[in-house]
Amino acid sequence: MKLRQGQFSFLPDLSDDDIRVQAQYAIDNGWAVSVEYSDDPHPRNTYWEMWGHPMFDNPDAAAVVFEVNECRKEHGGKYIRVIAFDASPGWESIRMSFIVNRPATEPGFRLVRQEAEGRVVRYTIESYATREPEGLRYA
Amino acid sequence: MNEMSNPKMDAKKRYSAGVLKYAQMGYWEPDYTPKDTDVIALFRITPQDGVDAIEAAAAVAGESSTATWTVVWTDRLTACDKYRAKAYRVDPVPNASGEYFAYIAYDLDLFEPGSIANLTASIIGNVFGFKPLKALRLEDMRLPVAYVKTFQGPATGIVVERERLNVYGRPLLGATVKPKLGLSGRNYGRVVYEALKGGLDFTKDDENINSQPFMHWRDRFLYCMEAVNRASAATGEVKGTYLNVTAGTMEQMYERANFAKDLGSVIVMIDLVIGYTAIQSMAKWARDNDMILHLHRAGHSTYTRQRSHGVSFRVIAKWMRLAGVDHLHAGTVVGKLEGDPATTKGYYDIFREERNPMALENGIFFDQDWASLNKMMPVASGGIHAGQMHQLLTYLGEDVVLQFGGGTIGHPHGIQAGATANRVALEAMVFARNAGRDIWNEGEDILRDAAKTCTPLQQALDTWKDVSFNYASTDAPDFAPTPEVSM
Repeated sequence: MKLRQGQFSFLPDLSDDDIRVQAQYAIDNGWAVSVEYSDDPHPRNTYWEMWGHPMFDNPDAAAVVFEVNECRKEHGGKYIRVIAFDASPGWESIRMSFIVNRPATEPGFRLVRQEAEGRVVRYTIESYATREPEGLRYA
Repeated sequence: MNEMSNPKMDAKKRYSAGVLKYAQMGYWEPDYTPKDTDVIALFRITPQDGVDAIEAAAAVAGESSTATWTVVWTDRLTACDKYRAKAYRVDPVPNASGEYFAYIAYDLDLFEPGSIANLTASIIGNVFGFKPLKALRLEDMRLPVAYVKTFQGPATGIVVERERLNVYGRPLLGATVKPKLGLSGRNYGRVVYEALKGGLDFTKDDENINSQPFMHWRDRFLYCMEAVNRASAATGEVKGTYLNVTAGTMEQMYERANFAKDLGSVIVMIDLVIGYTAIQSMAKWARDNDMILHLHRAGHSTYTRQRSHGVSFRVIAKWMRLAGVDHLHAGTVVGKLEGDPATTKGYYDIFREERNPMALENGIFFDQDWASLNKMMPVASGGIHAGQMHQLLTYLGEDVVLQFGGGTIGHPHGIQAGATANRVALEAMVFARNAGRDIWNEGEDILRDAAKTCTPLQQALDTWKDVSFNYASTDAPDFAPTPEVSM
């Protein structure tokens, strides 16, 4: 199963040059680019771990690619994404988000159904990987 | 005309019993400067033959505010100068003989705070049937900040919708389930599952899917949520389906909306035909229940499409941003339904900008400040397909839901393949745009390249390569782009 989060997950995996080009687009728009990683890909896991702060005042996307590769050295077996923050009034949130690194295998999610009153079913989505404690997932 | 150019009359004469021209009654004030707090309406008026344009404009001002057909002495018990709407400018419409633009200002105290029903009861209440006019169209409105601030605005807004869905940097993708009538709940959910798993963010009930003999609403909701959750587990994405809660009474709509919430849906849907008050009630419900609210503009073309009579969709869009919906259909430009590019841009700007500067070339007659009201997500739907992705992204931008109904479900290799084709085409086009490519001119090459690693996209391009809808628009702007237009 391929995790489809992020704006380019239906395209072939991005090369370092692809990452640079997209990060430069964010920078040229005045957005601060950030690198985050996680071993919990649940669709509602909002807060991935931050690989340092968003890179405010960084004019060159090569620095983003450098940080992605530094992050890969430590967390290459996890998901890594690049995010761009726009601080302008009326937005003040994320403008871009794309995955740049994946675990070697992606076991996906189990859909847990709890039969409730009438014909209602309560659904829970559970990542198979998160059955293991943090740090031991995707080993 | 002498009386009209100098309309102020002695009070005793003005209020003696009888019939006066509306202009003489004080509804024509050519020297009036609108206050920052005035509501301003711009009407396109077509007077009957022999009716003076200024008198017609004054009559519209009168009939949409305090006037009746004859003089009433009870006016003098009120601050009637304040409550009278004031026509203050009348211009001939360029290239349209017999039509005039009439600017009319209304004091803020004419309107109840936070009520579209009250606003519209005045502005479009009686006046559209007024005999001295052949036709009347409400083209645009300026809503003062003081009035805008009395409305909730979109329950969720574009930014928070994206945060909840965890989707950034690309248009959202949707599809309306087809056939729109006749599927059982079980079969209906199949379409939802296939489309969402294939790569769409949303599927959608059509406007007339409510609770019919072939599929009652609870069945639809239950099967759709099975489909949504299965697709979410299959892709790791947040998925949604617009469950249409439109019903015969508010009580039924609340019941359906609450059931959708209990089942974990992120979005519900209503139709424009439920009426302005019902829409405002559902917007409040949506804000209170963390729900995105989709509005299908069912019925709007009965009064928005003809250029000489009715209400422009740009005005409906403004009312709906006040009323508080999150999604609203706004045209595709390239698809099967009405929509000239310049006019459609005007609609999109009304949905998505903090502030709209006057842009006559887009049909926007006034500066409009939205006073931090949330933004509405425009929805582009109707006869669009993956092969138009470069045009759609160029015309409509990034904050839009692109809905391919036939363009998903009609794919020769199935619904999942259709959804995947759309998603790959979209991501490839956004990627190329960000990388600095000229997508307008290179769009077809970009799609062809993306199709090399995506067979479903190649099949979609082959199937729909010659489909386009090039018909003359019935509603285009009256003004060509010009650098200088005086107010």
